[in-house]
Amino acid sequence: MAKRLAIISTHGSLDAAYPPLILATAAMALDMEVAIFFTFYGLEILKKGNADKLQVAPIANPAMPQPIPGISVPNIIGVLPGMTAVATGMMNNWMKKANVAKLSELLAMAQEMGVRLIACQMSMDVLGIKKEELIDGIEVVGAATFVEFASDDAVALSF
Amino acid sequence: MSFNFDQELDCSGLACPMPILKTKKAVDALQVGQVLKMTATDPGSLPDIEAWTSKTGQELLGHEKNGDKFVFYIKRAK
Repeated sequence: MAKRLAIISTHGSLDAAYPPLILATAAMALDMEVAIFFTFYGLEILKKGNADKLQVAPIANPAMPQPIPGISVPNIIGVLPGMTAVATGMMNNWMKKANVAKLSELLAMAQEMGVRLIACQMSMDVLGIKKEELIDGIEVVGAATFVEFASDDAVALSF
Repeated sequence: MSFNFDQELDCSGLACPMPILKTKKAVDALQVGQVLKMTATDPGSLPDIEAWTSKTGQELLGHEKNGDKFVFYIKRAK
């Protein structure tokens, strides 16, 4: 049985930010060692005060539930200004109703449990993100650090 | 079904993965041999608790369903 979980997080949208943090914390509870490698837009999750501000875009996202059940809204409506904010508000509302923890809570839980949060130095350079913009306790390193972790008896997941 | 327990944890209303995370924390705080009574409403909590105990080596003494609540008795085995 693998002893480590190695997760790659490349997306910074509200819906894409949940699975890495949920699986990472669950794996810690199951006594695994866990690291998440945040690269490109995944870095948005680590920016100070940003985790609960992530958005989800309805455009080109046909799997998103209809805002009013039974009434089909054409997907192209999603290009209208403000629709991303509307979809984000809807999704936050669904999450709250289902009592799902906020991303900031899951992130804090992950840190408290000892998940290694690794930020990709190269992506930060490309996107102009400074280490001071990220929450405390993040390792800013290159790909080899993460690969070294993942090379030792790990299951790897990419999101 | 009922067992003697040393600590109680209410995870009612919480969604995955919080019941497992809070259970892990609570069991870690027990002495070996002590029992935690955990209550959850998450329908996925039974298979999740079973998976968690089997992976971590802790012992699920028993569980029951009371209305919409699932009650678990977990012994810290190691």
